[in-house]
Amino acid sequence: MSQTALDPRTASAFPIAAKAAIADSQLQKNVRHATEVIQRKRAAVVGEIPDWQQLREAGRAIREHTMAHLDFYLQEFERNCTRAGGVVHWARDASEARQIIVDLAKASGSDEVIKIKSMTTEEIQLNPALEAAGIHAFETDLAELIIQLGQDRPSHIVVPALHKNRQQIREIFRREMHLTELGERPEDLADAARTFLRDRFLRVKTGVSGANFLIAETGGVCVVESEGNGRMCLTLPETLITVAGIDKILPRFQDLEVMLQLLPRSATGERMNPYNSIWTGVHANDGPRAFHIVLLDNARTSILADAEARETLHCIRCAACQNACPVYRQTGGHAYGSVYAGPIGAILTPQLQQMEHAQSLPYASSLCGACYEVCPVKINIPEVLIHLRSQVVSHNTAGIAGLFDGEAIAMKAMAAVFRSERRFRAAQRLARMAERPLVGKDGWIGWLPGPLGGWTEMRDLQAMPKQSFREWWEKRGADGW
Amino acid sequence: MFITCYNDTLFPETGRAVVRVLERLGHSVEFPAGQTCCGQMHYNTGYPAEAMPLMRRVVDQLYEAEAVVVPSSSCVAMMRDHYPKMAHASGDATLVARLQDLLPRVFEFSEFLTKRLGLYDVGAYYPHRVTYHASCHGLRNLELGEGPQRLLQAVRGIDLVQIAGLEQCCGFGGTFAVKNAAVSGAMLAEKASAVLGTGAEVCTACDNSCLMHIQGALHRERSGVKTRHLAEILAGEEISQSEA
Repeated sequence: MSQTALDPRTASAFPIAAKAAIADSQLQKNVRHATEVIQRKRAAVVGEIPDWQQLREAGRAIREHTMAHLDFYLQEFERNCTRAGGVVHWARDASEARQIIVDLAKASGSDEVIKIKSMTTEEIQLNPALEAAGIHAFETDLAELIIQLGQDRPSHIVVPALHKNRQQIREIFRREMHLTELGERPEDLADAARTFLRDRFLRVKTGVSGANFLIAETGGVCVVESEGNGRMCLTLPETLITVAGIDKILPRFQDLEVMLQLLPRSATGERMNPYNSIWTGVHANDGPRAFHIVLLDNARTSILADAEARETLHCIRCAACQNACPVYRQTGGHAYGSVYAGPIGAILTPQLQQMEHAQSLPYASSLCGACYEVCPVKINIPEVLIHLRSQVVSHNTAGIAGLFDGEAIAMKAMAAVFRSERRFRAAQRLARMAERPLVGKDGWIGWLPGPLGGWTEMRDLQAMPKQSFREWWEKRGADGW
Repeated sequence: MFITCYNDTLFPETGRAVVRVLERLGHSVEFPAGQTCCGQMHYNTGYPAEAMPLMRRVVDQLYEAEAVVVPSSSCVAMMRDHYPKMAHASGDATLVARLQDLLPRVFEFSEFLTKRLGLYDVGAYYPHRVTYHASCHGLRNLELGEGPQRLLQAVRGIDLVQIAGLEQCCGFGGTFAVKNAAVSGAMLAEKASAVLGTGAEVCTACDNSCLMHIQGALHRERSGVKTRHLAEILAGEEISQSEA
């Protein structure tokens, strides 16, 4: 996979990108294997909880309440974090966030930073901005390290290198870490990564992180992780810079009780993450001396303003939806052209772009509902997808040019047909006549023209029956048949 | 009966089968002739305004029925999940009230039998090897649960085999099948492969949309495996001719 930036503004439309992904059989194998493993683990630990559905409802209620009062809780967070010695920065968009972080990193006096995996930093494309300012960012999360060394892009929110298998990872390590001898067991690869990273942990003075949750009540920040690199990056550096979307807020410390049961079980199929870190501001002689948090909007407030799409912000980034999605299973994450892929990506990415880009993503779904079924906070993703589709259509049918939108014309025509029994029956008769030239001897159609051709690329279509149900009903004889 | 636009046009045999089963059980079936379409395709593709008048039409056409039977779980899901919101958005209090009154009387075919009539054995005979595919709307939106499979288990002569990946989407998804043909095809390939893996002669489901999709692949492969709606299997009788 090349280093093409996952930028929704320039990414290929999903149907095109997906076609290429489907042709990559190694990718398909890797994605299927990884998602099946995580799904099994998730099912096992979720099955242990007798009140899982009530827990989901509690999670949903907490997130809904938070969004309804987001302004209040954000200000509460700022107050409490500042009181504890943290410095709170507000970033309207990705560009502002990048500038703030670059300036903070420069001011910290270091030309290197160590990073914990953060999808938010990917969203704002932070690393290239740091590089441009002469600051090298070392990824310390194993998957992000693999991505960085492989000059690749993340394809999954929780397991960013899911599209790579062990052999491919070993190759990357051999090449980039200059290891002539490298075993292929997981322990060998972990050992290589550990040695490679230890040096950085102990040397680099500035750390950059994301956040899983921000606690308004205490001004605290919570990060959960599996590898311990987070713990290293949060405690060893002198300066810590955290960037978090404003949707990461939770009202009370106690709300972690619900979220930290929902998140690890949904994300990695674990009862809890091995490392759970919560820090509040700064403390003398303990951890970083300077703590900065950058609160990022980047279109989240516009999502908040849309009552029917607001629940998009409830997401706690567990990626259970990605693992359950039958579409993601076929294509992997890169096809979505965004760091947020799969079902959540299909609703979040276009909205972060204010619906100006990634308009193919709301259609990248068969509306099967598997995502809604596993979402720990009960986001009705199919419903939001349909809502966004109507926005895409409104956009496409706006203005003079919109009057000529082919699909809209066809849809309006069909709606007119369905509004009248007479027209409907006429259309049925017309369709039977029109398809006649396409029907083969066995009563099947192997080729359809134009946009319908997508059907016959890999499916046949049975010819229409000569008599519709209602025509049969009308002709029912005395015996009813 | 609400036949649905695509069953009326493409799968009249399913409608005939529903009538057969219901009459065999002693019920009388009516068919309001003015019915056309529930509006799901328009609503799901992003044209809610076009779906609105179709919804009104459905409510008007079906309002007088004692019970409405629909051989399509996606259409019932459309009505249950989306009609209330649409009615509310219209601001028409009468429409909201009429819809609220009608919805509890609307049933997908299999749930009419199992939940409304409390029946699992409907006196069917179908001596074939059959596998069941759980359509997404029936499974997740209508929560049909074990109902369809228990109905099948009670069929005399049937050899019912479980499919691998029972709950995995077949890839139809309405306009998705055409807009994202490659992904739809890849999902279909897995489902078709699973069907063939059961050795079944017939694949069944509660939705002809899924079955049309699955049959499309099975026929393209010249596999000889057929798809039949659940109603057609339940309509099977010892004396009548099988359509297989």
